[in-house]
Amino acid sequence: MIKKLGLKNIVIRFAGDSGDGMQLTGERLAKLSAIMGNDVLTLADFPAEIRAPAGSLGGVSGYQLSISATQIYTTGDEVDILVAMNPAALKTNIKLVKKSGVVIVNSAAFVKKNYIKAGYKENPLNNKYLASYRTMSIDISKLVREALKKLPLSTKEKERCKNFFSLGIVCWLLNRNINTTVEWIQKKFFKKKLIAEANHTALHAGIKYCEANELFNTSFSIKEINKTTVLKGLYSYINGNTATAWGLICAAQKAQRRLFLGSYPITPATNILQELALYKNLKVIAYQAEDEIAGIGTSLGASFAGALAATSTSGPGIALKSEFINLAVMTELPLVIIDVQRGGPSTGLPTKTEQSDLLQVLWGRNGESPIVVIAAKTPSDCFYCAYEAARIACKYMTPVVLLTDGYLANGSESWRIPDIDNLLPMEINNVVKGDDNFQPYKRFSQTLSRPWIVPGIKHMEHRIGGLEKNENGDVSSNGENHHQMCYLRLQKIKNVAQEIPFPDFYGKEKGDLLLISWGSSFGSVRQATSNLIKIGVSVSHCHITYINPFFAGLNDLFSGFKTLLIVENNLGQLVVKIRAEFSVHTVSLCEVRGRPIIVDKIMQKAKNILNTTYKGK
Amino acid sequence: MNKLNITYNKKDFQSATSLKWCPGCGDYSIYNAVINAFTKLNIARENFLIVSGIGCSSRFPYYCETYGFHTIHGRAPTIAMGAKLTNPDLSIWIVTGDGDSLSIGGNHFIHILRKNPDIKILLFNNEIYGLTKGQFSPTSQKGLKTKTSPLGSIEKPLNIWALAVAINATFIARAVATDTKHMQKIIIDAGNHVGICVIEILTNCIIFNDDAFYPFESKSIRNDNIIFLMDGEPLIYGKNNNKGLVLKDMNLAVIDIKDENKKDVLRHSTNATAHTLHFLLANLVYPAFPLPVGILKKINVRTFEQIVMDQEKYQEEHAKIKNIHDLITSGDTWEVK
Repeated sequence: MIKKLGLKNIVIRFAGDSGDGMQLTGERLAKLSAIMGNDVLTLADFPAEIRAPAGSLGGVSGYQLSISATQIYTTGDEVDILVAMNPAALKTNIKLVKKSGVVIVNSAAFVKKNYIKAGYKENPLNNKYLASYRTMSIDISKLVREALKKLPLSTKEKERCKNFFSLGIVCWLLNRNINTTVEWIQKKFFKKKLIAEANHTALHAGIKYCEANELFNTSFSIKEINKTTVLKGLYSYINGNTATAWGLICAAQKAQRRLFLGSYPITPATNILQELALYKNLKVIAYQAEDEIAGIGTSLGASFAGALAATSTSGPGIALKSEFINLAVMTELPLVIIDVQRGGPSTGLPTKTEQSDLLQVLWGRNGESPIVVIAAKTPSDCFYCAYEAARIACKYMTPVVLLTDGYLANGSESWRIPDIDNLLPMEINNVVKGDDNFQPYKRFSQTLSRPWIVPGIKHMEHRIGGLEKNENGDVSSNGENHHQMCYLRLQKIKNVAQEIPFPDFYGKEKGDLLLISWGSSFGSVRQATSNLIKIGVSVSHCHITYINPFFAGLNDLFSGFKTLLIVENNLGQLVVKIRAEFSVHTVSLCEVRGRPIIVDKIMQKAKNILNTTYKGK
Repeated sequence: MNKLNITYNKKDFQSATSLKWCPGCGDYSIYNAVINAFTKLNIARENFLIVSGIGCSSRFPYYCETYGFHTIHGRAPTIAMGAKLTNPDLSIWIVTGDGDSLSIGGNHFIHILRKNPDIKILLFNNEIYGLTKGQFSPTSQKGLKTKTSPLGSIEKPLNIWALAVAINATFIARAVATDTKHMQKIIIDAGNHVGICVIEILTNCIIFNDDAFYPFESKSIRNDNIIFLMDGEPLIYGKNNNKGLVLKDMNLAVIDIKDENKKDVLRHSTNATAHTLHFLLANLVYPAFPLPVGILKKINVRTFEQIVMDQEKYQEEHAKIKNIHDLITSGDTWEVK
C-alpha cells in the first residue's frame, strides 16, 4: 500500500545534458502545478555552452522548481527530489539534495565511459555514494524504447522522449494532473503528430511504470494554495525577460507611440530582443544592431524621432553603451536601458546571476551624469518595472535604467494578468504645433522636464547634441552656465522621488534589525524574514525598487531600526549608496555564487546580529 | 512625391548660429552647396534631419535651420538609422569626416552601407584630424608628417570608394569642395536617390593639411588630373578631352585618343550590375591615373525601412496576436474564481 503524504512545499530539480530537454520538462511541471493551484517558482540554470560534449560536467543543464501550498518567495535552499539523467548531472547536483531526499537516475547512462568522464572512479550507483538518499535507479532509456517500440521512429528519436518519461515519474510521485500537459503536447507538436504521440506515450509510460512496480512506498501531494489569499482573475505563467518585453509593449501602446528596441544579442538579455521581434504588427521595431553601441544609438535616434525607445543588454554591454547613455542624459531624451545582470567582471559568468552592475549604472560615466535606476524584484515584477521605467523616462525626459538579472530573466512565476487600463497613465510632454518662440529646453516647473519635440513639426526646427547648452538650447561653454545646468539636471532626477510609492515593507515599523533587499534578493530576504517572524525573532524587511532617487521617506523608515542588514548578490554596492545618503549602522551579507543567497544563511546572519549586538534583550 | 507649395531660398536653411570654421576652410563651400541643394529638393524644411558625429565637419547641423542632432564620435549612422525607422518620411543627412566615419565609426559605416536605409552620407575628407589639431587620419597619405607621425605616416590610406563598392552601396559619388557647381549637382542627385548615398567630398584643411588636394582644385591643372564620370558617357579627360581610359591586360590604362583607338575608350555606366569596372575605377591612384569624380554607382533596390514596413504589413494581416489584450493573455492561462 502506497502512503500519500501531504506536503506544504516541495523542491524538485531536473538535471541532464544541455540537449536532454530538462528546461522543457521543468517548465511543464511548473505550469501544470500552477494551473493546479499551487504557488510555483522556478530557476533555470544553463551552462554557458550550447551543447557541451555529451556527459561532461560543463554541459549539465538544470531546472529547479519549488511547488507550494502557501505563498513562497524562493526556489528553495535544498532539493527534495533530484532527477539526474547522467553521472555528470548527478555529480554537479547531488550536493544540493537534502539528506534522505529522493534521487532518480537514468541507470542506462551510468556506463564506465560516462562516470569516468564525470570524475567518478567507480559507478556511484554500485557503492555507498548515494547511501544517505532514497535512490531510484531506473533504466529510463530502455523503458522508453520499449514503450515506443510500435512507433516508426529512429532509436535516437525515441531516446529523446526520455525527459517526458521522467516527467511521468515525477507526476506520479507528486500526484499531478497531467491533462494540461497532454493538451500542450498536442498544441506544441501540432505539425509533428508522431513526435506528439511519442512524447504523450512516454509521459504515460513513466506514470504506469511507477504504478506497476510500486517503486516508491510514499507519494506526495501539495494542496492548492488557500484561495482566500489569492486574488481572483486570469493567471498566466511568465518569465522575467518576457515580462520585460510585454511591459515595454504596454507602455508604448498606452503612450500611442511606436516601440523601438535597439539591441545586440547578449546572454542573458537576448530573449527580450527575440520576444519583441515577434510583434511587428503591434508597432514594435526590434532592431538587431551591429554592436552594443549601435543598439543604444539607434534607440536614441528613434527616441528623438518620437518612438518609445529602449535598449536591452547585460553588464558588458552597459560598459559599451556608457557614452551614449550620457548623450541621452545631455540631450534629455526618454530612453529605457535594460541591464539583465550576470556574473562579472569582464565576460565573467554569462549564464549565472549577479547584482554587480548597480554602481556601474549609477556612476560609471564621465561627468555629472544623474540617471534614474529601478530594479525588478520577481519575474512578473519585470512587467511593471519595464512599464514604470518607460513612464518615468517619458514624463521626465531622461534615460532610466531597469536592472533585472539572470535569475529573474530565466525564472518564472504565476502572474495575475493586469487590467491595462488600471496602470498609471503615460504622461508625454507632447508638442505638436509650431511656435516660432519655442525653446527646446524650456522646462516644466513641476518636473523640470523639457518638451519632446519630434522632427517633422513645422517651425520647430532645432538642434540638440552632446555639447553643454544654456536654457535656450544654444551651445555654451560658459562655466557659470555649466554649473547651473549640472544642478538643473540633478534636480530633475531628484524630482522623480515624487513618483515613488511607499516601499514593499514587511514586519514592524520599529525594531533592532531591518533587512534590506533590492532586485532579485527580494525572494530570499522576504522568505527569511517570514521564517524568522514565525519562530518569534522580531525583524522587518524593506525592499527597495527605486534605487535612484530613493523613496523620500527612507530616512524616517531607517531611523526606526538600530541596524540595517543589506543583502545583495555582489560584494556590497547598495550599501555604498545607503551609507552615502543616510547616517545608519549597516551590516552586509554579500555573495557572488551565481545564485541567490540561500534563506538559511540570511536567517543565521540575522540571528547572529541580534544575539551578539543586542544580547540580553 | 507631391509638389511642395512653398519655395525656399538659401536663407531659409541658414540658422542664427554664425559659422565657426577656420577662414579658408573647404567646409564653407560645402555648406553653401548643401543648403542650396536643400532648397531644390522639393522637401519640406521640417522633414530634414541632419545628424553628425564629432569633428570639424560635425558642427554642421548647428548652422542649418533644420532638425539636427550633433551626436558622439563615429556614431551618427546609428542615430540616423533609429530616426529613419521611426519616421521614414524624414530626409536624413549624415555629415561626417574621415576620422569620424572611417576610424572610430568604421563599424557603423560598414553596416549602414550594407543595410541600405534611405540616408545620405556627406563624408568630408580632409585626410587629417583637424579638431584635435593635426594628427594623421585613416585617409592620410603614406609619409604624411603630422604631430603623431613626425617621421611620416606608415599607414596605407583607406579607399572610401573601394570600400563602398565592396559593400555594394547603392549610391557612390565624389566631389571636390572647390568645384561648388559640380558638388551641388551631386548633392541634388543624392537627395533624389532612394537608398544609402555616400558622397566623399575632398575638402582642404588650410591649417593642418594645406594643399592636400591641390592637383584637383587648381583651375589651371585640374582638368589633367580629374576625370568626370557621367552615366553613358565615355571615360575621357584632359584639358582638350584628349585622354581616355581603356581596358588593358585586366587593368585600366590611359591612352592618348586618336581616331583608330577612339572605339576602345570605356563608357561609364552608373548602374552596371557587375562590380568589376566600378572597382577598377575606385582603385585608380593619382598621379599615374586621374582622380575620378562624379557618380560612380547608382542602383535602385528596396530600402531597409521599406522592407521593415513590408514585414509589418504582412504581420498585420497574418499575426494571431492583434492587440495588447491578445498578447498578455497569450500564454497558458487559468482562472482563479
